[in-house]
Formats: sequence, structure tokens, C-alpha cells
Amino acid sequence: MSIEAKEEFRPKIVAFCCNWCSYAGADLAGSSRLGYPADVKIIRVPCSCRVNPMFILRAFEKGADGVIMCGCHPGDCHYSTGNYYARRRMTLLFSMLDYIGVENGRTRVEWVSAAEGVKFSTTMNEFVEKIYSLGKNVRLGDLRCRN
Amino acid sequence: MYKIAKENLSALFRMIAASQDLYLPVKVCGQVNFKAWSEDAEVDLDTLKTVKSPKDAFFPQNENLYTVTKENKKLKIEPEALRDKPFVVFGMKACDVQAVTVLDNVFLAEPVDTYYSARREHGTIVALACHEPEESCFCKVFGIDCAEPAADVAAWFVEGSLYWKALTEKGEVLTEAVKELLADADKEEDKVEAEKEAIRAVVEKLPYSNLSLEGWNGDALTEKFNSELWEQLYKPCLACGTCTFVCPTCQCYDIKDYDTGHGVQRYRCWDSCMYSDFTMMAHGNNRTSQMQRFRQRFMHKLVYYPANNNGMYSCVGCGRCVEKCPASLNIVKVIKSFQKQGGEK
Amino acid sequence: MQELINRAKELLADGTVARVLGWKAGDLPYNPEPAYFETAEALDEFVYNGFCGANLSKYMIEASKLEGKTLVCLKPCDTYSFNQLIKEHRVDRDKAYIIGVGCKGKLDIEKIRAKGIKGIESISGAEITDEADTLTIQTIYGEKSCAYADAMLERCHVCKGKEHKIYDELIGESKDTKDADRFDAVKAIETMSPEEKFAYFQSELSKCIRCNACRNVCPACSCRKCVFDSTKFDSSQKANVDSFEEKMFHIIRAFHVAGRCTDCGECSRVCPQGIPLHLFNRKFIKDIDELYGEYQAGEDTESRAPLTNFTFDDAEPSIVGKRG
Repeated sequence: MSIEAKEEFRPKIVAFCCNWCSYAGADLAGSSRLGYPADVKIIRVPCSCRVNPMFILRAFEKGADGVIMCGCHPGDCHYSTGNYYARRRMTLLFSMLDYIGVENGRTRVEWVSAAEGVKFSTTMNEFVEKIYSLGKNVRLGDLRCRN
Repeated sequence: MYKIAKENLSALFRMIAASQDLYLPVKVCGQVNFKAWSEDAEVDLDTLKTVKSPKDAFFPQNENLYTVTKENKKLKIEPEALRDKPFVVFGMKACDVQAVTVLDNVFLAEPVDTYYSARREHGTIVALACHEPEESCFCKVFGIDCAEPAADVAAWFVEGSLYWKALTEKGEVLTEAVKELLADADKEEDKVEAEKEAIRAVVEKLPYSNLSLEGWNGDALTEKFNSELWEQLYKPCLACGTCTFVCPTCQCYDIKDYDTGHGVQRYRCWDSCMYSDFTMMAHGNNRTSQMQRFRQRFMHKLVYYPANNNGMYSCVGCGRCVEKCPASLNIVKVIKSFQKQGGEK
Repeated sequence: MQELINRAKELLADGTVARVLGWKAGDLPYNPEPAYFETAEALDEFVYNGFCGANLSKYMIEASKLEGKTLVCLKPCDTYSFNQLIKEHRVDRDKAYIIGVGCKGKLDIEKIRAKGIKGIESISGAEITDEADTLTIQTIYGEKSCAYADAMLERCHVCKGKEHKIYDELIGESKDTKDADRFDAVKAIETMSPEEKFAYFQSELSKCIRCNACRNVCPACSCRKCVFDSTKFDSSQKANVDSFEEKMFHIIRAFHVAGRCTDCGECSRVCPQGIPLHLFNRKFIKDIDELYGEYQAGEDTESRAPLTNFTFDDAEPSIVGKRG
């Protein structure tokens, strides 16, 4: 038996979670002992509306293979309307990424409330699986950030 | 003197590229710029001016200086290797060749820029005479003869053939290396002479060829610097960097750090005196208005540089800024405005 | 043109305006520059012809800070930009005296050069009053000609119309130049495979030299300090060291003007490398039109821009994948 030096693909995934719903949802997933892959790195933001399109691109630049943004369900925003603006922004940004040829599926938005630990866990599992199937992100990274 | 038929040029390029890097004008998405040759590259030697000048070959828009990486608890610093392989730049024009001399005066003066000097040492320039000069050209004003480029190898297109004449030792070496593709053409020198005459005759007719540089020299510093004209001239300037980035002689650069997440890459890249953070220092910026930055560019080309380099101007009249400025400003308009003002006095 | 100059002289003389913002004749047949005129004599150099493509709205940001009114010449498409700047409180309506000038399409010297016409000595047929639809170009290498429409800027082929959206008075007649749909190119790209799309943009953007001309000429890019210039933030890279940075710059720039871009086409006009930058802006415009309802920035000075607005049942971002 030969040991292949082939490195297994471990995706790097960045999840922007709003402080009031999704981050608490992640907490609930944890305290309910629901698993989600360790490939997901959570960045807490005060509101999904805080997510600047540049954050998404920056994540890809530094080597992310997938980026997901989670916020309160429309209508439930802690600041009343933040996620409505975020929704428009992300729609346009994702459409632009698709337009320049970045595989659709590397970006996603999901609304997760503080009570939805299960949804958080399943969403993350699904997303990681999707990124596994898409493989390494080669279209949007900065080569200097590769090891 | 040698010659090679135009249709055999790709064989020539292939032969040069087999042993060294070859940079030449290549068309990508409708625009011609100097690029590395490859089998499927669309070489374009008919376009007179590339958008960017060929200075990239010696002074690239960006280049890594060193890389810092973390190894356990220590930092490892690795300087970028200097160029140690020969390369050829094919298809530069007389103005671009003169521009390299301008850069030499900056980068090869003490303290020598090692990255630049390594490239200069390993680069061979094959320059083409300008078959059909254009209205934006004014190299004659700076004493450049575009019919006879002073490079390692000078070349002319006449009647479907490229005539080739080595002028320096480096040029001889390159000629030797590709000799099997070249045919002897010592007897056809009169054809080349006729082409030169034709080119010079066209140059005489160009609208900018008689531009006067009177009053522009190293001694004119205070007078030109304090002129009230700048206040009017800069007005349409958008503060973009087009003129400086297409210019073959602009040599200002910035040094920056890039955080790679697991280390730092220190690189240098072209800077533009038109930019708000140009020569920014810890205390702030010594040019706070766009007028001052605009003035800097022309003062540098026509006053500061000649003051430090025996009167040599750091403009070569390639006319790229004339063609590319989004607001239709350029060095010629500046020179003419001063002339007009001088005449009125 | 003479009518315009005479009117400008009148307004200067009676003190209505303190200066005139227009174009000054260049030293070549095709390079008039934006300029301020403060006296009647200075106006002798005033010119308005097919090469006056520059959108003067952006200069009004600075002119609004000056003492007195500025007479500004705006083409129909420029008035959209001016309206948008009013909406964003970047220009002062009371400081502007707007003369809406007629337009029969503006010319692109690069298109003339692309036809192999060089050594240009003079060009006739570019005057705004000319009925001729052909440019006659005298060159060192002989006389050449070129159809006016073939030398027009891309934006004029997809003209938004010749109606001025804001003005104090109108001078000169316009001619309809629209002969294509502005979304055609965007639609063509949308039907490509991801690989083709990526290859297309990769090679177009590889030409970018980061001169910032597109940003600096853009009337919507009026931030005092651009995020790409902020030295406190490492997005202020001055060069595209990696091809990622080309994409980053152009996507973010287009995003920052999304919903505010009037599609004036200045970015594509000034790009020294001829990158079709309008394709980014128009993609956003097309998406906005389709998802949030037709919207033309600069049409008025009151309405809310699409990205500072929402409805409860907006499309979810997942629509991007579903649309295919």
C-alpha cells in the first residue's frame, strides 16, 4: 500500500452572522449539541446590513472557498429594516459574481433566527457539502495568499 | 546589415523565445501592449504606439522586493531574486529607447537600484524605426531621430522585409544567435536610407515638431514654479494617473506591504504625482492641492530633471499622454501656454 | 455654437453668471478640454463640437463652492448626472445656470484611429451644426473619410434620449442617434457559460492599469476620500499585483455607484485601455430594473435610489441561481 501525498481538500468557509439572531442561532446549535463542520469560521457582525460587499470579496481574496451570510428573518431585524437593505445588496452582488463567471453556489444568504439552532446546523452542513462539490475556489483568490 | 522577410518573423520570434524571454507588442482585447511572446499571441508591429510604454520590461508596474514568512517563532526574510536570464524587447521605438536612458540616469546613479540594473544588464533592445509617425508625436523636439533608433539592434520595415542592423555588442550577440534566419543585405542599404529620408520628411510635417522649449531648463525653477498659469492649467485635470502610467519616463514609485495572511510581501509599484497620497509622509503631505501635484509633473519633466542631468529633459515626445488624457490635457499644451504668456509680456 | 457664445457673453455681461464652464478649443482637431471662461474675450476660444464628450456635471461639484453662479453647458445625458448630484447634495442648483446644449452624438477618436486613420491634420463634419453624416479627415497620409455614426462613442448608440432633464434654457438642436439596445451586450454575456464569462472578464480586466480615470471622471464617484485611496485600509493598493485586484476594484467601484449610475458612459470613454466598463454598471442597472422595477438614476431629484429602498417581498438572493 502506498501512501499518496495527495492533500485532501478542506474548504475554508466564512459565515457572517448577525449578532441578534444568527449568532445566537449558532450558539443554540452548539448548546443543543448539533454539529456543523469546523470548516466554517464565523464572523459576528452587528447586523446583516453591516456586511459590505467588500467583506465578501475580501474573504475570497484571503482564501475562502465559500461565503455565507446569515441574518434575522425579514421583518425581525433588531434594527427593524437592516436585513431588507442587506437582501438587496447581496442579491446584486451575487448576481455580479455570477456575471463575471464565479461559480454560483459559493455564496449564499440564509435567514436564521435565535431559535433556529437546527436550521443553522443543517444550513451549514448543506453549504459545506456544496463547497466540497464545487472544489477549491480558483477564480476569486489572491495568489499571494495561497500557501 | 541583414534582412528577414515579414512572413518569417514568427520563426524569428520562436527562435529568440527558445533561449530567452521575448517581449513585444501584443494585441489583447483590441489594445496593443508589450507582453511576453507566446505561440498564440497576436503580435502587432503595425500599431505605432502601445498603450503602455515598454518601460515595464525594465521597471515593471509592480515587483516584489522581499517576502517575510513566519517559521515557528522566527521571521524569515527572503529577498526577491535578481534577474539573471537574458531577455529581448522587440519593437521599441526611438522615443522609448531614449526613455530608457532617462530611467538609467535615475536608477543607475548611486545608490544603484539593483533590480533595475540586473534587468538592464540582461535585456537586449531591438528597436523599430517609426514607419508612419503620427500627429501626437514630438520626439524631434527632444532631438530624437525616430528614423534611426539608437538601440542594441535597429530595424526598419521596407517592402515586406525587416532590415536589421546590430549597433552594440549585445546586438551582435543576438544577431549571431538568429543568424540562420537572416539574409545578408549590405547591398540594400540605400533602401533603408530612402525609408529614413521618407520618415524624416513626414516628421517635418507633424504639427508638434516645431514646438519650442525655450525657457525650459534647470535654471527656470523659481520663475516657472511661481507662475500663475498653473492655477488655470490644472483646472480640467481629473487627478487620474493615466498620463503617468502610459509615460515611458515617469519613474516615481511607492513601496507597500501586502498582508498575505501568513506573511508579508513588500512590493513596489508605480506611483503617480497626480494621486493624493503621492510622497505622503508621517507628517502628512507636502503637496496638498491638485494644482501642486499637477505642477510637479511638468516641473519634474522640464525643470528639475534637466537641472540634475545636464539639461536632459525627461520627456521624450512619445505623445502617449496627448492621446490618452481623459481631459485632453498634456505636456504640449502646458509648454504652449507658457510660450503664449511669454509672448504677451 | 455662435449662438451659445453670444448668450454666454450676455449672461456674463449682465452679471447673471460669474463664469462659464464649457470646452476650450484644443491644439489638435480632436482634443478640446473642459474649461472655465471668465471674460468675453476668453470666450473666443470656446468650442462645442462632436469631440466635446466630457460630462461637465462633475466639475460642478467644485464650481458649486465658488462665488457666484456658473453657467454650465450640459448635453442631454449630462443632465441626468447633474440631477443625481443634486439628489446627493453634491452640487448646488442655485449656483448653476444650466444651458442645455443640443447633441447629435459625440465622437470617439479611438474609433477613428482604429480605422487606421492617423497623422490627423484636420477634421471637418464634427461641428454640431453640420448636417453632414460623414467626417472628412485630412491626414499627412492623404484624405480619409469616416461615417459619423461609425466614429460615435458607444454610449451614443444606446442614447437615453435627447431630452434635457434639467435646464434654465436650451440652445441648439439634437439628433436621435440611438440604434442599439443598451442591454444587448449584457444579455450576450449572461448566456455564456461560467468559464466563458470568466475568460472574457479576465482578459478584458487584465488590461487595467489602475490609473483611476474611470473613477475620477465618474459623476457618481464623488466621495471626498475613496476607499481605494484610504491609506489606513489595505485596499488602497496602487497596482493590480494580482488579477484578483482588478476584479475587486471594478466590482466594488460598480457596486458603489449601483442605483446611482446614470449610465453616462464616461468610464468607458476615458479608459486608456478601452475596457468596456459600462458592462458592469449596466449589469446592475438591468438587475435593478428586473428585480425592483424600472429605475433611471438622474431622471428626477426626489425618488429613493433602489439600494436605499426596499419592499417587504423583495426577491431573495437565491434568485441568482434560480434564474439560471
